[in-house]
Amino acid sequence: MFSPISIPVEHVLALSAALFFIGFAGVLVRRNIMFLLMSLEIMMNACGLAFVAVGAKWAQADGQIMYMFILAVAAAEVAVALGLVLQLERRFRHLDIDSVSELNG
Amino acid sequence: MESLLFYVAGAVSLLSTLLVVTRKNAAHALIYLIVSLLAVAVIFFLLGAPFAAALEVVVYAGAIMVLFMFVVMMLNLGKSAVENEHSLLQGKMWIGPAILTTILLAELIYVISGSATVMSGEVLPPKLVGTVLFGGSYLLVVELASILLLAALVGAYHLGSRYMRSRREEIN
Repeated sequence: MFSPISIPVEHVLALSAALFFIGFAGVLVRRNIMFLLMSLEIMMNACGLAFVAVGAKWAQADGQIMYMFILAVAAAEVAVALGLVLQLERRFRHLDIDSVSELNG
Repeated sequence: MESLLFYVAGAVSLLSTLLVVTRKNAAHALIYLIVSLLAVAVIFFLLGAPFAAALEVVVYAGAIMVLFMFVVMMLNLGKSAVENEHSLLQGKMWIGPAILTTILLAELIYVISGSATVMSGEVLPPKLVGTVLFGGSYLLVVELASILLLAALVGAYHLGSRYMRSRREEIN
C-alpha cells in the first residue's frame, strides 16, 4: 500500500523555516494581540513540522513525541493568553498591544 | 509524481499562512489559519506520521482554533459585531478558504483511493509512538506536561473568572 517516494528532508525543513518566518514577521508587524497569538501558533506549528520531518527521516517515533509536547505547550499557552486577552479588553476596551507597554507598580 | 502532493500541500500552507498575517478581520484570519493547519496535517500524513496528522486536525484545528474563535466572537460586542456577521455571511470571503480546502480534499481523495504514498518509505504507527512515549525514557516529560496543563487550567480559570465577574457587575 505504501510505496516510498523521495522528497528531500531539506525541502520539508525549508517549508518549516518559511512558515516560522512568516509567523515571526507577523509577531513583529501586527499590533493586535489576537494576530500576535495566531502568529505564535504558526511559529510553534512550524517547529512541530520540523520535528516530525526529522523523525520521519530517521524513522524514529521521537519526532512525533516532541510534536505532542509542543501541542501540549501550545494548548496551555493559548488558554492563559486568551484569559489575558479578556483582561486587556476589559481594562482598555481594545486589543492594541502597545497600550500595555508601561509598567505600573 | 507523488512528491507533487507534498509540494501542493506546502504551497497551500504557505499561501494560507501569508493570508493569516495580512488579514484585517480576526475571524477571517482564523479561517485561513485553520486551512494552513489542515495543509500541515496533510504533510504529516505524507511524511508517514498519521498520528501526528490526526492530532493536528483534532487538537490544533479543532480545539485550539475553536478556543480562538470563541474569544473573537465574545469580544465582538456592539455595532461592529453586526458588520462582522454581515461580512461573514456575504459569502465572498469564503471563496479563498474554499478553494484551498478543495485542493487539500482532492489530495486526500487521491491518497485514500489506493496509491497512498509516504515520504520516508516507512510509516510510524500510533502504537509505536505510544510505546515509546509511555515506555520509560519519556515518563518524566509526560508528567511535566500534565503539570503544565494543570497550571494552565488554573491560570485560565483565574483570569477568566475575574473577567466574568466584572461583566456581571456591568450588567447589574
